Amino acid sequence: MVNLGTKIGKLQLKNPVMAASGTFGPEYGELIDVNKLGAYIAKTITLNARIGNPPPRVCDTPSGMLNSIGLENGGLDDFIKNKLPPLKRLKIPLIASIAGDDAGEFKELTRGLSKSGKIEALEINLSCPNVKHGKRDFLIAQDEEATYETIEAVRRSTTLTIIAKLSPNVTDIKKVARAAERAGADALSLINTLVGMAIDIDTKRPVLGNITGGLSGPAIKPIALRMVREAYKSTRIPIVGIGGVMDYKDAVEFILCGASAIQVGTANFINPAASIEIIDGIKDYMAKNNIREIKKLTGALKT
Amino acid sequence: MKQLKAKIIGNKRIAPDFYKMRLASAYLAKNSKPGQFVEIECSKGGEIFLRRPLGVHRILNDGIEVLYEVVGPGTKSLSAKTAGEYIDIIGPLGNGFFVQRTAYSAQRTAALVAGGVGVAPLVALAETLVNSSKLIVHSKRRKLYVLIGACKKGHVLCVNDLKKLGAEVVVYTEDGSLGKKGLITQGLTSLLSTINYELSTIYACGPYPMLKAISHIADSSGISCQVSMEERMACGVGVCLGCPVKAKSGGYKMVCKDGPVFDSKEIAW
Repeated sequence: MVNLGTKIGKLQLKNPVMAASGTFGPEYGELIDVNKLGAYIAKTITLNARIGNPPPRVCDTPSGMLNSIGLENGGLDDFIKNKLPPLKRLKIPLIASIAGDDAGEFKELTRGLSKSGKIEALEINLSCPNVKHGKRDFLIAQDEEATYETIEAVRRSTTLTIIAKLSPNVTDIKKVARAAERAGADALSLINTLVGMAIDIDTKRPVLGNITGGLSGPAIKPIALRMVREAYKSTRIPIVGIGGVMDYKDAVEFILCGASAIQVGTANFINPAASIEIIDGIKDYMAKNNIREIKKLTGALKT
Repeated sequence: MKQLKAKIIGNKRIAPDFYKMRLASAYLAKNSKPGQFVEIECSKGGEIFLRRPLGVHRILNDGIEVLYEVVGPGTKSLSAKTAGEYIDIIGPLGNGFFVQRTAYSAQRTAALVAGGVGVAPLVALAETLVNSSKLIVHSKRRKLYVLIGACKKGHVLCVNDLKKLGAEVVVYTEDGSLGKKGLITQGLTSLLSTINYELSTIYACGPYPMLKAISHIADSSGISCQVSMEERMACGVGVCLGCPVKAKSGGYKMVCKDGPVFDSKEIAW
């Protein structure tokens, strides 16, 4: 018998497959059985409502896509009042995703969500490349100290499982990964998108209204695999692998590199059933290879 | 909505760069409304990564038709597909035109205004207005006008189909190679000045500047106006928030989920 169960902090997941924040929503409930997923991650919320970036916000690129949504969301109060109640009916763990300008905002979000019930973990989005955070001209996840400060502030405010979502737009992912671990993160998720551009040579303009956007999809998978491996080797907390997972083979690659779970993002837009197919695919792969637990596969890369 | 594999019954070039694809699907036939769209997978992964949103052009007994212009690699790859192949579709999506508002009102006259390939969803609407809403064309009180504007002759589509339905079709081209020379907004202004009864609704589909101008005309004439909008999309179902249009109420609405058809008064033009 194959056991797909995996542990992320205090979270016990029945399988290692989640849909990435911002790429999944209740709308897909019409197409797939959401309760088959390992966990449900809500779209990132901020303390106050954000209107998001001007259009165009998406375009496709070779083997991937760019997006510059800009964290459009209704804010914490709207989430608790309108978005959370239907999510409370889910039979799987619910993870909220939060972003803020400073430690204070993260704290306030953490407190607000920790007492709302149902939410079992927080993914701390330190790495959305499409928004400006206060006066800073870098992402939190691009700076060890800012990462430490933020995660520590969240840690002091909650007993929920904390997953720090890291950015690939850094020189050395190991340093940021260790900073998050030191500050008390229970797990790391990586990678967020890579900053990129698309150009229309007829208009001589950028395709995206925000000029730059975050690159996702299979195009970034090799980078994501490398970074997951580096983070795995330099920390002792579970890693959630993200970046261009389209099928179970991609998922297994991430697990071999050290991931205890994975997130499916862009693939949802192309095939909303991708996550479910990946769960079945991992199960078959493990059965065929006589691997009984995800744990035995995590980091089992032969080098 | 459903995700399904539909068999291509035909994929015919109807003009240079314009194709009409017929898809077999009892589900889409039964559940699609004029103004809705489908997300089509043009190729597996690679260069054409995202699905392409295409408006429902005609709703048939056993499937639907889409009419599209080849504008980039996605639609180019779609145009190479042949009858017998299967393609992956998510649909029907979006809200569609609000037909009931006008179809059963006292004044059943409608003007459909198309810009270029924007005529595609308006054909499904015209068929619905004529066939299922008992809109009596050619009567003195009730009439269906279709105004089609395009840059040039080869881009004016579906004229005969619409005439066969009993619509009065007016054509404008920017270079004057077919119909009257000028923009379709001139056509609408002149129609409004010549007809001697009130239009109940304007339905428009085309490029943003055209929709903006038509919305303005509708506003100043006190006619209700529905516009079918276009934006680059990823998911097509309201999840990714990738296809915003500025709303008068503040913030953005999503073309895929809140539209693609909007009351023109909802949009901050």
